[in-house]
Amino acid sequence: MAEASQSRKYRIVHYLNQFFGGVGGEEKADCEPFTIQGPQGPGRLLEKLFREENADVEIVATVVCGDSYFADHQENVLRELIPLIRGYHPDLVVAGPAFNAGRYGMACGAICSSLEPLGIPAITAMYKENPGLDQYRKTVLIVETANTVSDMEAAVRKMVRLGIKRLRGEEIEFPKAEGCFEQGIRKNYFHEEPAYRRAIDMLLRKINEEPFETEYPIPFFDRVEPRPALTDLKGVTIALITSGGIVPTGNPDHIESSSASKYGKYSLEGLETLEAKTHQSAHGGYDNTYANEDPNRVLPIDMMRKLEKELGFKPHPWYYATVGNGTSVDNARKFAKEIAVELIRDGVQAVILTST
Amino acid sequence: MAHVCSIITISQTVGANRIVPAVAIPHPLGNPKLPLAEEKELRRNLLKKALDALQTPIEEQTVFS
Repeated sequence: MAEASQSRKYRIVHYLNQFFGGVGGEEKADCEPFTIQGPQGPGRLLEKLFREENADVEIVATVVCGDSYFADHQENVLRELIPLIRGYHPDLVVAGPAFNAGRYGMACGAICSSLEPLGIPAITAMYKENPGLDQYRKTVLIVETANTVSDMEAAVRKMVRLGIKRLRGEEIEFPKAEGCFEQGIRKNYFHEEPAYRRAIDMLLRKINEEPFETEYPIPFFDRVEPRPALTDLKGVTIALITSGGIVPTGNPDHIESSSASKYGKYSLEGLETLEAKTHQSAHGGYDNTYANEDPNRVLPIDMMRKLEKELGFKPHPWYYATVGNGTSVDNARKFAKEIAVELIRDGVQAVILTST
Repeated sequence: MAHVCSIITISQTVGANRIVPAVAIPHPLGNPKLPLAEEKELRRNLLKKALDALQTPIEEQTVFS
Protein backbone atom coordinates (compact mmCIF):
# COMPACT_ATOMS: atom_id res chain seq x y z
CA MET A 1 0.00 0.00 0.00
CA ALA A 2 2.92 2.27 -0.71
CA GLU A 3 0.68 4.55 -2.77
CA ALA A 4 -1.16 5.49 0.40
CA SER A 5 1.82 7.59 1.39
CA GLN A 6 2.11 11.07 0.03
CA SER A 7 4.57 13.87 0.29
CA ARG A 8 2.69 15.05 3.36
CA LYS A 9 1.30 13.10 6.27
CA TYR A 10 -2.39 12.37 6.49
CA ARG A 11 -3.93 14.15 9.45
CA ILE A 12 -6.25 12.18 11.68
CA VAL A 13 -8.41 13.34 14.59
CA HIS A 14 -9.45 10.60 16.99
CA TYR A 15 -12.55 10.67 19.23
CA LEU A 16 -12.58 8.74 22.52
CA ASN A 17 -14.80 8.56 25.57
CA GLN A 18 -13.58 9.30 29.10
CA PHE A 19 -12.54 5.71 29.69
CA PHE A 20 -10.33 5.25 26.63
CA GLY A 21 -9.29 8.89 26.91
CA GLY A 22 -7.65 8.02 30.22
CA VAL A 23 -9.88 10.11 32.51
CA GLY A 24 -11.64 7.29 34.34
CA GLY A 25 -14.58 4.91 34.31
CA GLU A 26 -18.30 5.43 34.86
CA GLU A 27 -17.65 7.82 37.74
CA LYS A 28 -16.07 10.21 35.23
CA ALA A 29 -18.79 9.85 32.57
CA ASP A 30 -19.86 13.44 33.23
CA CYS A 31 -16.50 14.72 32.02
CA GLU A 32 -16.75 17.74 29.69
CA PRO A 33 -15.09 17.58 26.28
CA PHE A 34 -11.39 18.39 26.02
CA THR A 35 -8.59 17.89 23.53
CA ILE A 36 -5.21 16.20 23.77
CA GLN A 37 -2.49 16.90 21.20
CA GLY A 38 -1.40 13.64 19.57
CA PRO A 39 -2.64 10.10 20.12
CA GLN A 40 -4.05 8.71 23.34
CA GLY A 41 -4.86 5.13 24.44
CA PRO A 42 -6.16 3.15 21.44
CA GLY A 43 -4.91 6.01 19.26
CA ARG A 44 -1.35 4.77 19.69
CA LEU A 45 -2.37 1.36 18.34
CA LEU A 46 -4.28 3.06 15.54
CA GLU A 47 -1.26 5.06 14.48
CA LYS A 48 1.03 2.03 14.71
CA LEU A 49 -1.24 -0.15 12.56
CA PHE A 50 -1.69 2.60 9.97
CA ARG A 51 2.08 2.80 9.68
CA GLU A 52 2.37 -0.99 9.39
CA GLU A 53 0.24 -0.62 6.28
CA ASN A 54 2.65 2.02 5.01
CA ALA A 55 0.12 4.79 5.44
CA ASP A 56 1.91 7.90 6.59
CA VAL A 57 -0.52 9.22 9.15
CA GLU A 58 -0.38 11.35 12.23
CA ILE A 59 -3.03 11.59 14.90
CA VAL A 60 -2.88 15.33 15.32
CA ALA A 61 -5.40 15.48 18.14
CA THR A 62 -7.54 13.29 20.35
CA VAL A 63 -10.92 14.66 21.37
CA VAL A 64 -12.33 13.20 24.58
CA CYS A 65 -15.79 13.51 26.11
CA GLY A 66 -17.59 11.71 28.92
CA ASP A 67 -20.35 9.39 27.68
CA SER A 68 -23.05 10.80 29.97
CA TYR A 69 -22.01 14.35 29.29
CA PHE A 70 -22.28 13.74 25.54
CA ALA A 71 -25.66 12.02 25.87
CA ASP A 72 -27.08 14.79 28.06
CA HIS A 73 -25.74 17.70 26.01
CA GLN A 74 -25.46 16.23 22.54
CA GLU A 75 -26.46 19.33 20.60
CA ASN A 76 -24.15 21.62 22.52
CA VAL A 77 -21.25 19.17 22.44
CA LEU A 78 -21.57 18.76 18.67
CA ARG A 79 -21.80 22.53 18.23
CA GLU A 80 -18.53 22.83 20.12
CA LEU A 81 -16.65 19.81 18.80
CA ILE A 82 -17.45 19.84 15.09
CA PRO A 83 -15.80 23.25 14.41
CA LEU A 84 -12.97 22.27 16.76
CA ILE A 85 -12.32 19.05 14.82
CA ARG A 86 -12.57 20.90 11.50
CA GLY A 87 -9.99 23.34 12.78
CA TYR A 88 -7.40 20.56 12.69
CA HIS A 89 -8.05 20.09 8.93
CA PRO A 90 -8.25 16.30 9.29
CA ASP A 91 -8.09 14.00 6.27
CA LEU A 92 -9.94 11.41 8.34
CA VAL A 93 -11.72 11.26 11.68
CA VAL A 94 -11.80 8.00 13.60
CA ALA A 95 -14.26 7.54 16.49
CA GLY A 96 -13.99 4.64 18.91
CA PRO A 97 -14.13 1.62 18.60
CA ALA A 98 -17.10 1.67 20.95
CA PHE A 99 -17.73 -2.12 21.18
CA ASN A 100 -20.99 -2.61 23.10
CA ALA A 101 -20.91 0.69 25.05
CA GLY A 102 -24.26 2.25 24.13
CA ARG A 103 -23.74 5.92 24.94
CA TYR A 104 -20.23 5.77 23.46
CA GLY A 105 -21.58 4.21 20.26
CA MET A 106 -24.25 6.90 19.99
CA ALA A 107 -21.61 9.59 20.48
CA CYS A 108 -19.28 8.08 17.86
CA GLY A 109 -22.17 7.83 15.39
CA ALA A 110 -23.30 11.41 16.06
CA ILE A 111 -19.80 12.81 15.52
CA CYS A 112 -19.20 10.87 12.31
CA SER A 113 -22.61 11.63 10.84
CA SER A 114 -22.10 15.35 11.56
CA LEU A 115 -18.72 15.35 9.82
CA GLU A 116 -19.54 13.35 6.68
CA PRO A 117 -21.85 16.03 5.19
CA LEU A 118 -18.98 18.53 5.63
CA GLY A 119 -16.81 16.40 3.37
CA ILE A 120 -14.67 14.99 6.17
CA PRO A 121 -14.44 11.17 5.99
CA ALA A 122 -15.35 9.81 9.42
CA ILE A 123 -15.50 6.18 10.49
CA THR A 124 -16.36 4.34 13.67
CA ALA A 125 -16.67 0.76 14.92
CA MET A 126 -19.03 -1.02 17.29
CA TYR A 127 -20.77 -4.25 18.22
CA LYS A 128 -23.90 -5.30 16.34
CA GLU A 129 -26.17 -4.70 19.35
CA ASN A 130 -24.85 -1.21 20.10
CA PRO A 131 -27.83 1.19 19.80
CA GLY A 132 -25.59 3.54 17.84
CA LEU A 133 -25.71 1.07 14.97
CA ASP A 134 -29.40 1.39 14.15
CA GLN A 135 -29.27 5.12 14.59
CA TYR A 136 -26.29 5.82 12.35
CA ARG A 137 -25.65 2.86 10.01
CA LYS A 138 -27.25 4.62 7.05
CA THR A 139 -25.10 7.72 7.24
CA VAL A 140 -21.84 6.35 8.65
CA LEU A 141 -19.56 3.46 7.72
CA ILE A 142 -19.43 1.39 10.91
CA VAL A 143 -16.88 -1.39 11.27
CA GLU A 144 -18.20 -4.49 13.04
CA THR A 145 -16.43 -5.43 16.28
CA ALA A 146 -16.91 -8.04 18.98
CA ASN A 147 -18.70 -6.88 22.11
CA THR A 148 -15.71 -6.35 24.38
CA VAL A 149 -12.43 -4.50 24.40
CA SER A 150 -10.51 -7.78 24.01
CA ASP A 151 -11.25 -7.36 20.29
CA MET A 152 -9.35 -4.04 20.20
CA GLU A 153 -6.49 -5.01 17.94
CA ALA A 154 -8.64 -6.81 15.34
CA ALA A 155 -11.15 -3.95 15.41
CA VAL A 156 -8.51 -1.27 14.94
CA ARG A 157 -6.89 -3.27 12.13
CA LYS A 158 -10.20 -3.33 10.24
CA MET A 159 -10.66 0.40 10.85
CA VAL A 160 -7.18 1.02 9.46
CA ARG A 161 -7.93 -0.87 6.24
CA LEU A 162 -11.17 1.04 5.80
CA GLY A 163 -9.46 4.27 6.82
CA ILE A 164 -6.80 3.90 4.13
CA LYS A 165 -9.48 3.47 1.47
CA ARG A 166 -11.29 6.56 2.73
CA LEU A 167 -8.01 8.52 2.77
CA ARG A 168 -7.48 7.61 -0.86
CA GLY A 169 -10.98 8.78 -1.64
CA GLU A 170 -12.10 5.33 -2.75
CA GLU A 171 -15.82 4.73 -3.07
CA ILE A 172 -16.94 2.01 -0.65
CA GLU A 173 -19.36 0.02 -2.82
CA PHE A 174 -19.84 -2.96 -0.55
CA PRO A 175 -19.55 -2.07 3.16
CA LYS A 176 -19.73 -5.72 4.17
CA ALA A 177 -16.62 -6.56 2.14
CA GLU A 178 -14.79 -3.91 4.18
CA GLY A 179 -15.84 -5.46 7.48
CA CYS A 180 -18.59 -2.87 7.95
CA PHE A 181 -22.28 -3.25 8.63
CA GLU A 182 -24.57 -3.04 5.62
CA GLN A 183 -25.96 0.47 5.22
CA GLY A 184 -29.24 -0.63 3.70
CA ILE A 185 -28.56 1.41 0.57
CA ARG A 186 -29.27 -0.16 -2.80
CA LYS A 187 -26.86 0.73 -5.60
CA ASN A 188 -27.30 -0.20 -9.24
CA TYR A 189 -24.38 -1.63 -11.13
CA PHE A 190 -23.66 -4.02 -13.99
CA HIS A 191 -22.84 -7.55 -12.93
CA GLU A 192 -20.84 -9.70 -15.34
CA GLU A 193 -23.12 -12.67 -14.73
CA PRO A 194 -26.82 -12.41 -15.68
CA ALA A 195 -29.37 -12.74 -12.87
CA TYR A 196 -30.65 -16.16 -13.94
CA ARG A 197 -27.16 -17.63 -13.68
CA ARG A 198 -26.51 -16.05 -10.28
CA ALA A 199 -29.87 -17.32 -9.03
CA ILE A 200 -29.18 -20.89 -10.20
CA ASP A 201 -25.66 -20.78 -8.73
CA MET A 202 -27.08 -19.59 -5.43
CA LEU A 203 -29.74 -22.28 -5.46
CA LEU A 204 -27.16 -25.00 -6.16
CA ARG A 205 -24.98 -23.75 -3.31
CA LYS A 206 -28.00 -23.81 -1.04
CA ILE A 207 -28.90 -27.36 -2.09
CA ASN A 208 -25.30 -28.45 -1.50
CA GLU A 209 -25.38 -26.76 1.89
CA GLU A 210 -22.56 -24.44 0.87
CA PRO A 211 -22.44 -20.84 2.07
CA PHE A 212 -24.16 -18.32 -0.17
CA GLU A 213 -25.13 -14.71 0.13
CA THR A 214 -28.56 -13.41 -0.83
CA GLU A 215 -28.70 -10.38 -3.11
CA TYR A 216 -31.96 -9.28 -1.55
CA PRO A 217 -32.12 -9.64 2.22
CA ILE A 218 -35.63 -9.75 3.63
CA PRO A 219 -36.19 -6.85 6.04
CA PHE A 220 -36.44 -7.70 9.69
CA PHE A 221 -39.95 -7.45 11.15
CA ASP A 222 -40.38 -7.27 14.87
CA ARG A 223 -43.06 -9.16 16.73
CA VAL A 224 -45.51 -7.94 19.34
CA GLU A 225 -47.41 -9.99 21.90
CA PRO A 226 -51.10 -10.29 21.00
CA ARG A 227 -53.14 -7.79 23.00
CA PRO A 228 -55.83 -9.07 25.37
CA ALA A 229 -59.25 -9.43 23.75
CA LEU A 230 -61.95 -6.82 24.21
CA THR A 231 -64.49 -8.15 26.68
CA ASP A 232 -67.38 -6.10 25.37
CA LEU A 233 -67.85 -3.82 22.37
CA LYS A 234 -70.28 -1.48 24.13
CA GLY A 235 -68.82 1.99 24.42
CA VAL A 236 -65.46 0.94 22.97
CA THR A 237 -63.90 3.35 20.48
CA ILE A 238 -62.67 1.54 17.35
CA ALA A 239 -60.59 3.23 14.66
CA LEU A 240 -60.33 2.30 11.00
CA ILE A 241 -57.01 2.46 9.16
CA THR A 242 -56.30 1.40 5.62
CA SER A 243 -53.22 0.79 3.51
CA GLY A 244 -55.55 0.59 0.51
CA GLY A 245 -55.22 4.28 -0.34
CA ILE A 246 -58.83 5.43 0.26
CA VAL A 247 -58.68 9.23 0.40
CA PRO A 248 -61.10 12.12 -0.11
CA THR A 249 -61.58 12.83 -3.81
CA GLY A 250 -58.64 14.72 -5.25
CA ASN A 251 -56.19 13.15 -2.76
CA PRO A 252 -55.69 16.42 -0.83
CA ASP A 253 -52.46 15.28 0.89
CA HIS A 254 -50.96 14.01 -2.38
CA ILE A 255 -50.19 10.58 -0.94
CA GLU A 256 -47.95 8.89 -3.49
CA SER A 257 -49.43 6.01 -5.52
CA SER A 258 -46.35 3.95 -4.64
CA SER A 259 -43.49 4.20 -2.12
CA ALA A 260 -45.66 6.41 0.08
CA SER A 261 -43.78 8.90 2.24
CA LYS A 262 -46.88 10.00 4.15
CA TYR A 263 -50.32 9.11 5.40
CA GLY A 264 -53.53 11.08 5.71
CA LYS A 265 -56.03 11.56 8.53
CA TYR A 266 -59.59 12.20 7.43
CA SER A 267 -62.87 12.94 9.16
CA LEU A 268 -65.74 10.49 9.25
CA GLU A 269 -67.97 12.89 11.13
CA GLY A 270 -71.51 12.72 9.75
CA LEU A 271 -70.58 10.20 7.06
CA GLU A 272 -72.95 7.21 6.83
CA THR A 273 -71.13 5.70 3.87
CA LEU A 274 -68.37 6.45 1.39
CA GLU A 275 -69.39 7.42 -2.10
CA ALA A 276 -67.71 7.50 -5.48
CA LYS A 277 -68.06 11.26 -5.62
CA THR A 278 -66.55 11.93 -2.18
CA HIS A 279 -63.79 9.34 -1.92
CA GLN A 280 -61.38 7.51 -4.22
CA SER A 281 -58.37 5.24 -4.18
CA ALA A 282 -54.90 6.77 -4.53
CA HIS A 283 -53.24 3.36 -4.62
CA GLY A 284 -51.10 2.57 -7.67
CA GLY A 285 -50.70 -1.13 -6.98
CA TYR A 286 -54.11 -2.50 -7.91
CA ASP A 287 -56.89 -1.77 -10.39
CA ASN A 288 -58.84 1.03 -8.71
CA THR A 289 -62.05 0.52 -10.71
CA TYR A 290 -63.95 -1.31 -7.96
CA ALA A 291 -62.66 0.84 -5.10
CA ASN A 292 -63.53 4.03 -6.96
CA GLU A 293 -67.04 2.73 -7.75
CA ASP A 294 -67.65 1.97 -4.09
CA PRO A 295 -64.86 2.93 -1.63
CA ASN A 296 -66.64 0.89 1.10
CA ARG A 297 -65.12 -2.14 -0.64
CA VAL A 298 -61.78 -1.10 0.88
CA LEU A 299 -62.84 1.04 3.84
CA PRO A 300 -66.20 -0.35 5.06
CA ILE A 301 -67.80 2.79 6.49
CA ASP A 302 -71.34 1.79 5.52
CA MET A 303 -71.21 -1.41 7.56
CA MET A 304 -69.26 0.24 10.37
CA ARG A 305 -72.27 2.56 10.85
CA LYS A 306 -74.77 -0.30 10.71
CA LEU A 307 -72.85 -2.40 13.23
CA GLU A 308 -72.26 0.65 15.41
CA LYS A 309 -76.00 0.90 15.91
CA GLU A 310 -76.44 -2.83 16.49
CA LEU A 311 -73.43 -3.49 18.72
CA GLY A 312 -72.99 -0.20 20.53
CA PHE A 313 -69.30 0.53 19.84
CA LYS A 314 -68.12 3.99 18.81
CA PRO A 315 -66.28 4.39 15.50
CA HIS A 316 -63.42 6.84 15.93
CA PRO A 317 -64.41 10.02 14.06
CA TRP A 318 -61.15 10.00 12.06
CA TYR A 319 -59.65 7.39 9.81
CA TYR A 320 -56.03 7.10 8.70
CA ALA A 321 -54.98 6.07 5.22
CA THR A 322 -51.80 5.45 3.33
CA VAL A 323 -50.78 3.56 0.22
CA GLY A 324 -49.17 0.21 0.93
CA ASN A 325 -47.37 -0.23 -2.36
CA GLY A 326 -43.62 -0.63 -2.19
CA THR A 327 -43.73 1.49 0.96
CA SER A 328 -40.48 1.14 2.88
CA VAL A 329 -40.57 -0.63 6.21
CA ASP A 330 -38.89 2.43 7.75
CA ASN A 331 -41.68 4.73 6.54
CA ALA A 332 -44.38 2.29 7.59
CA ARG A 333 -42.86 2.06 11.05
CA LYS A 334 -42.70 5.85 11.29
CA PHE A 335 -46.38 6.20 10.28
CA ALA A 336 -47.38 3.53 12.79
CA LYS A 337 -45.54 5.22 15.64
CA GLU A 338 -47.17 8.58 14.97
CA ILE A 339 -50.63 7.13 14.42
CA ALA A 340 -50.45 4.94 17.54
CA VAL A 341 -49.54 7.91 19.73
CA GLU A 342 -52.58 9.85 18.45
CA LEU A 343 -54.94 6.90 18.78
CA ILE A 344 -53.92 6.26 22.37
CA ARG A 345 -54.20 9.96 23.16
CA ASP A 346 -57.72 9.97 21.66
CA GLY A 347 -58.85 7.00 23.72
CA VAL A 348 -59.09 4.50 20.87
CA GLN A 349 -59.10 0.94 22.24
CA ALA A 350 -59.07 -1.15 19.08
CA VAL A 351 -58.23 -0.82 15.41
CA ILE A 352 -59.39 -2.53 12.25
CA LEU A 353 -56.78 -2.21 9.51
CA THR A 354 -57.81 -3.04 5.97
CA SER A 355 -55.29 -3.89 3.26
CA THR A 356 -55.68 -4.53 -0.42
CA MET B 1 -55.85 -4.73 16.14
CA ALA B 2 -57.48 -6.90 13.53
CA HIS B 3 -55.96 -6.95 10.05
CA VAL B 4 -58.45 -7.54 7.25
CA CYS B 5 -56.26 -8.34 4.27
CA SER B 6 -56.19 -10.14 0.98
CA ILE B 7 -52.72 -11.70 1.19
CA ILE B 8 -52.50 -13.60 4.46
CA THR B 9 -48.81 -14.46 4.10
CA ILE B 10 -47.84 -10.78 4.01
CA SER B 11 -49.88 -10.10 7.12
CA GLN B 12 -48.17 -13.04 8.85
CA THR B 13 -44.74 -11.88 7.75
CA VAL B 14 -45.16 -8.34 9.04
CA GLY B 15 -46.43 -9.68 12.36
CA ALA B 16 -50.17 -8.97 12.59
CA ASN B 17 -51.75 -11.07 15.36
CA ARG B 18 -55.45 -11.10 14.49
CA ILE B 19 -55.79 -11.74 10.77
CA VAL B 20 -59.08 -11.85 8.84
CA PRO B 21 -58.79 -13.03 5.21
CA ALA B 22 -60.48 -10.67 2.75
CA VAL B 23 -62.06 -11.20 -0.66
CA ALA B 24 -59.52 -9.96 -3.22
CA ILE B 25 -56.82 -7.35 -3.64
CA PRO B 26 -58.85 -4.72 -5.55
CA HIS B 27 -61.95 -5.20 -3.34
CA PRO B 28 -61.01 -6.72 0.02
CA LEU B 29 -64.41 -6.00 1.58
CA GLY B 30 -66.64 -6.32 -1.43
CA ASN B 31 -67.37 -8.30 -4.54
CA PRO B 32 -68.55 -6.39 -7.60
CA LYS B 33 -69.89 -9.60 -9.16
CA LEU B 34 -72.56 -9.91 -6.48
CA PRO B 35 -75.88 -8.04 -6.44
CA LEU B 36 -75.60 -5.00 -4.15
CA ALA B 37 -77.61 -6.50 -1.27
CA GLU B 38 -75.48 -9.64 -1.23
CA GLU B 39 -72.28 -7.63 -1.47
CA LYS B 40 -73.32 -5.58 1.55
CA GLU B 41 -74.10 -8.76 3.44
CA LEU B 42 -70.64 -10.09 2.59
CA ARG B 43 -69.04 -6.86 3.83
CA ARG B 44 -71.08 -6.94 7.00
CA ASN B 45 -69.99 -10.51 7.70
CA LEU B 46 -66.32 -9.69 7.16
CA LEU B 47 -66.46 -6.67 9.43
CA LYS B 48 -68.37 -8.70 12.02
CA LYS B 49 -65.63 -11.31 11.81
CA ALA B 50 -62.99 -8.63 12.47
CA LEU B 51 -64.98 -7.40 15.49
CA ASP B 52 -65.27 -10.98 16.74
CA ALA B 53 -61.51 -11.40 16.31
CA LEU B 54 -60.97 -8.37 18.55
CA GLN B 55 -63.05 -10.10 21.22
CA THR B 56 -61.24 -13.45 20.94
CA PRO B 57 -58.36 -14.13 23.35
CA ILE B 58 -55.31 -15.44 21.47
CA GLU B 59 -51.80 -16.51 22.41
CA GLU B 60 -50.20 -16.31 18.98
CA GLN B 61 -50.81 -15.14 15.41
CA THR B 62 -54.25 -16.35 14.47
CA VAL B 63 -56.05 -16.40 11.13
CA PHE B 64 -59.81 -16.07 11.59
CA SER B 65 -60.93 -17.78 8.40
